[in-house]
Amino acid sequence: MASLTSVGNELYTGERSLPVVAKRKLWLSIAVGILIALALGTIIRGGFVFGIEFTGGSEFRVTGISEASTDGAAEAVEAIAPEAEARAVTLGSDTVRVQTDAVSEEQAAEIRAALADTYGVDSGEVAFSFIGPSWGADISQQALRALVVFLVLVSIVLAVYFRTWKMSVAALASLAFDLLVTAGVYGIIGFEVTPAAVIGFLTILGYSLYDTVVVFDKVRENTAPGTSGELLDNINLAVNQTLVRSINTSIVATLPIAAVLFIGALLLGAGTLRDISLALFIGTIVGTWSSIFVAAPVYAQLRQHDAIAEVTEKPRNERGAVV
Amino acid sequence: MAKARSRGARALIWLVVLIAGLVGVNFSAVQWGGGSWTPQLALDLEGGTQIVLAPVVAEGAQVTQEQLDQAVAIIRQRVDASGVSEAEITTQGGRNIVVAIPGEPDAATMQRIQASAKMEFRPVLQSAAANVPGETPAPSESTPPAEPAATPENAWDQAWITPELQAEFDAFQCADVDTTTVAPADEPFITCSTDQTARFILGPVTVEGSDIADAQVSAATNSQGQATGGWAVSLELDGEGPAGFEATTRAITGLPEPQNQFAVVLDSTVLMPISSNAIITDGNARITGGFTQEAAQGLADQLRFGALPIGFEVQSNETISATLGADQLRAGLLAGLIGLILVVVYSVFQYRALGLVVVLSLGIAAILTYLTVTFLSSTEGYRLSLAGVAGLVIAIGITADSFIVYFERIRDELREGKHLTSALETGWKRAFRTILVSDAVSFLAAVILFLLSVGNVRGFAFTLGITTFIDIVVVALFTHPLLRLLSRTSFFSSGHRWSGLDPQALGAVYRGRAKFREPVAAGRGARSAKEAQKRQTIAERKSAMAASNGKED
Repeated sequence: MASLTSVGNELYTGERSLPVVAKRKLWLSIAVGILIALALGTIIRGGFVFGIEFTGGSEFRVTGISEASTDGAAEAVEAIAPEAEARAVTLGSDTVRVQTDAVSEEQAAEIRAALADTYGVDSGEVAFSFIGPSWGADISQQALRALVVFLVLVSIVLAVYFRTWKMSVAALASLAFDLLVTAGVYGIIGFEVTPAAVIGFLTILGYSLYDTVVVFDKVRENTAPGTSGELLDNINLAVNQTLVRSINTSIVATLPIAAVLFIGALLLGAGTLRDISLALFIGTIVGTWSSIFVAAPVYAQLRQHDAIAEVTEKPRNERGAVV
Repeated sequence: MAKARSRGARALIWLVVLIAGLVGVNFSAVQWGGGSWTPQLALDLEGGTQIVLAPVVAEGAQVTQEQLDQAVAIIRQRVDASGVSEAEITTQGGRNIVVAIPGEPDAATMQRIQASAKMEFRPVLQSAAANVPGETPAPSESTPPAEPAATPENAWDQAWITPELQAEFDAFQCADVDTTTVAPADEPFITCSTDQTARFILGPVTVEGSDIADAQVSAATNSQGQATGGWAVSLELDGEGPAGFEATTRAITGLPEPQNQFAVVLDSTVLMPISSNAIITDGNARITGGFTQEAAQGLADQLRFGALPIGFEVQSNETISATLGADQLRAGLLAGLIGLILVVVYSVFQYRALGLVVVLSLGIAAILTYLTVTFLSSTEGYRLSLAGVAGLVIAIGITADSFIVYFERIRDELREGKHLTSALETGWKRAFRTILVSDAVSFLAAVILFLLSVGNVRGFAFTLGITTFIDIVVVALFTHPLLRLLSRTSFFSSGHRWSGLDPQALGAVYRGRAKFREPVAAGRGARSAKEAQKRQTIAERKSAMAASNGKED
């Protein structure tokens, strides 16, 4: 069997162990360091790059070109709308995208004809979109609203499920870390922030918590009232015992996302597929890291002076204990 | 054991019933509901134009859902009038209107969609049934006005009808009504009723829609104030409204039909001609006339909408060519295929024979998802978008995650030294709880995204929500029962090294009933020795507890 299984065995028994809890201050410092570095990097690079959906403008996509090149595209646009600032890029092998400032509908029709002419395709192959400047603001406002509602509800759900607000706090801390790091990667590299990226960003919410819940479920079991051992040791063992699971679930979750990212970027270029999956790709990887190196250390830190509770009821009624 | 098997079999039977049920509802949708066996595609996969409109209202004014619904009805009417078929007009996120049109709208249609609705009251000068298209209109029966050259003195003056206008009216086809260009307020014009059954010559505007203060449905009463059992619409005017209304009703009340009528005009078509039976001086009118409650409500809604004309601003307008749509669909499916293969390969690599269980479970999940999406597409008009496809592909991983959580749990139990059968049951109990709460969190995220968002985000959230739900169904009704049945085969129960559940490979400490091997060798210093020690205590304690409880597991 794959060596991951035997590593899993050793992690399970504690023969091999990652000092997640013992070195929690180190892990948390690393997390904070990463955040600071990303924030500084984003500021130095000049903030986020927003897509046309946020700034407003017009976009033309010419598909079905035998050999995609940007030659002549900007000229074709500027002949019709001189002040429109055309920016042409190739997407994949047969598509050219031209983004401009907002143009009128008449101009748009002329530009489409001109682009079709330039590339020798039917004008039906030139897709046109117009985005008003309020569209992006609208979508981000809704996203923000969704985020706040989600956070409130989910912290209640978690606090009820785990029966301790400390786990809820730790889970939210790791969620915040995931979101901030993903946003930071966008900022520092200068990936374009589009509504599709915002979708991916919001999906991280669900995924990141999924991972943390799996880890915390084991932590809860290992620290159930009446369990022997030190609280912090048991937390550490729980994290190590779920390590293989975390790695496997992350890999399996990342594989389809990577496939979407790969195909999206390769075949379609910038667009819905690439934008959704890029944010998710970063988010899942960061999420795996944070469920181990942020969520667990924060929880351990919050409970460092606690001990495992004594059994107060009959053992058979105890919660989360073994059968 | 027999009990466990029958439970496993029962769950599988439920699954078959569920799938058969889904096939059944799909079949009935295809057979009788005009549905299809394939999901409908959104515009970004099929090609077409999607326009997102935001209402423009006066500063500080709020758009109510009711007004949005009205606006949708009006836009639908306009788009239909322009001859575009299969347009879909929906409200999203409580403030946006999304118009999806196959193909590409011409400039006139675009303008029509954006124009704000205009409501006005005009006196009816003449009316007749609509001309039948294709037939030569019969000559007018009405006598031409005596002095056609006279200058009209007021809005209801028959002198507006010039011979030219009369000739145009006689030949007028209702299909020619142009709802985009509203006739000038001080001129007469020819139009039809909204249902295109009657045509009218209307005088100039006497009351503007903006002068409507309110319109409510009430029970109709007779002159003694007794309820007649019918429905009425109470109309309240303000501004210039009462004066204009009084002048009109004073002039036309008592005239023969149709000269005693005024028309409620919306977007240049006549919603309804209303006969004036009384002179209304205070701007508070009651419109009666054999309304059903529904019709009365409809008129009241439209009148209220006229009171607050909403214009629309294009927030985004996206045209996707059919080729690009097909490309995107192909890319999405290809990504799905690659993702699926990767997940399968990895699962088989990690979990051997259990990997095949993953494959089968994903297959069942795919069937359930496909049937659900197709059914919703047939009945609820759901359309699969590119973001939706992305959601489905990404869900492969999240669904497979549940299986991994379950398998790893079983392995944990095996490491504890349990028999496969009891490892399966205990592992399932714990894993299912974890899966439930994790999926609940994902589902919550999907629902919130769906409720609070517009456009693409919705399609994505929708598929994510569906697949999260199906994940639970599959793991409970298929994966677990299947494993139960498989655990009875000697291949799995003997812990074959390819089964993925080999206790030896998992370093299980169980060595027969209540016997444990020595603690895991501690060669890595005091710390791991301590851990190993502890590890053993857990196992021993459990076995001791189980023994004291008199239970095998």
